[in-house]
Amino acid sequence: MLSIKNLTKIYGGNKKAVNDISLDIEEGEFIAFIGTSGSGKTTALRMINRMIEPTSGTITINGEDITKKNPVELRRKIGYVIQQIGLLPHMTIKENITLVPRLLKWSDEDKDKKAKELIKLVDLPEEFLDRYPSELSGGQQQRIGVVRALAAEQDIILMDEPFGALDPITRDTLQDLVKELQQKLGKTFIFVTHDMDEAIKLADRICIMSHGEIIQFDTPDEILRNPANDFVRDFIGQGRLIQDRPNMRTVADAMITPVSITIDKSINDCIALMREKRIDTILITDSHKKLLGFIDIEDINEGYRKGMDIVDLMGRDIYKIGIDSKLQDSVRTILKRNVRNIPVVDDNNTLIGLITRSNLVDIVYDTIWGEETSLPVTSGADEV
Amino acid sequence: MMEFLSVNGSELLVKTWEHFYLSIISLIIGILIAVPLGMAIANTKKVSNYVLTTAGVLQTVPTLAVLALMIPLFGVGRVPAIIALSAYILLPILNNTIIGVKNIDPNVKEAAKSMGMTRMQLIWNVELPIAIPLILSGIRLSSVYVISWATLASYIGAGGLGDFVFNGLNSYQPELIISAAVMVTLLALIADFILSLTEKWATPKGLKVSR
Repeated sequence: MLSIKNLTKIYGGNKKAVNDISLDIEEGEFIAFIGTSGSGKTTALRMINRMIEPTSGTITINGEDITKKNPVELRRKIGYVIQQIGLLPHMTIKENITLVPRLLKWSDEDKDKKAKELIKLVDLPEEFLDRYPSELSGGQQQRIGVVRALAAEQDIILMDEPFGALDPITRDTLQDLVKELQQKLGKTFIFVTHDMDEAIKLADRICIMSHGEIIQFDTPDEILRNPANDFVRDFIGQGRLIQDRPNMRTVADAMITPVSITIDKSINDCIALMREKRIDTILITDSHKKLLGFIDIEDINEGYRKGMDIVDLMGRDIYKIGIDSKLQDSVRTILKRNVRNIPVVDDNNTLIGLITRSNLVDIVYDTIWGEETSLPVTSGADEV
Repeated sequence: MMEFLSVNGSELLVKTWEHFYLSIISLIIGILIAVPLGMAIANTKKVSNYVLTTAGVLQTVPTLAVLALMIPLFGVGRVPAIIALSAYILLPILNNTIIGVKNIDPNVKEAAKSMGMTRMQLIWNVELPIAIPLILSGIRLSSVYVISWATLASYIGAGGLGDFVFNGLNSYQPELIISAAVMVTLLALIADFILSLTEKWATPKGLKVSR
């Protein structure tokens, strides 16, 4: 639906920032433009909402040539998130979120409704709507920056290094949030980054750029498996190629069978089971194996003396991943967030597995020894 | 004292009113020229520097000389005095307007533009509200200047409290000078006070709060 043809941008007479690039982006895709600074990735992005006018070439959205449209109206239909956030300091959060709806002259009720709906979407309390940007932390501000780009039901969202200025933990949570939003809303997201981890984690397809040209435009898997040339190989980083080599690509390959108990059981049953299996945390499900929460040994200790039930005792705020998630993402989550274990669920929230810190460690060691022992056997192992 | 007031009191009030009138008209004209001009040129560096330099040069010409120069151009009376005083306060207002707009975080303007604001919407909804505290402090400064300079307008027949000062000088009556000086100071203090309240009131809340 978004089609770029022979797009070129020349600055100051001869410097080619973007040199004759062509690509097609499907509706609902999450695309990353990645490259070093000066690769033309930001210039390419900004030509899509005409913040920069192309020197030659065309961009069409659903068949319509954007250069024939009014740039102001075009920009109201395309969400834009920038690294520096750029919330308007004199407006409340609500006014910031509903800026484009206001430009489009929505009614006050519609704007209020939208603001409340959107702030929930990024897990912030409704009271924040009446605050001012300076009263929010950087991560909270960028959450607002993201939903501001969604407020007028834009179909295309452009993001220019949206997480670049945030600390690693905030960045990680916001990446998860944006990915979730994109999947939930089915909109087309195009973002610029120089962080390969981020691109692999978020994008459906990655467009690697250098000196204004596209070097490779493909899915993360394909790029990792078959880098187009040495530039791409360098860009991905050697370490990642090794890390990505094991056959275990999704969590389904790595997970173990979890110990769980149904919610109607008593605390005594629970303790007996945990003792038998020698575990410190147990997952709680309903009778259909749907994941409800967890209990760890400290909760049990406290609850047992008070005579509480599993229902009252269990923690419901649980981080879980889908069966199709990449193993690499869960490795990162476990290591970076210091989570001990992550339950694996299917689309219906049915508990099917568990990834723990120790079984990940096993995989990492297997990989290392696997590499070493395989060295003399496979003659083509030249990348170690 | 009482005797002086009973003789000159009503005239003092009339002259004070004239003085106030001269000052406020000049101030309003100055604002009407300097604020829109400043908003219009603040984003073009070359033009804004050029205009600021010109206004700065104009500022260095002594007030009395500017007023005297008005006589061959516009004759005597209130009109030339108002023209001269308005021209005189352009600089502080222009200066603050341009700085106010220039100081806005470029990312804020970038974001506003990228969301589809027209140039006029950007000026009204972003640049003006964020720059308003600085613009108002320029106006406040100018109001004090213009009230004090308006005293000299009497020299080209514009009236005002300057008449008392010049009369006092000619007839060796220091009480005329003192009474005029007190009224000028009073006017300036009141104007400053009112404008400082306006400044507080007009500053958007979001620019005052912080985490």
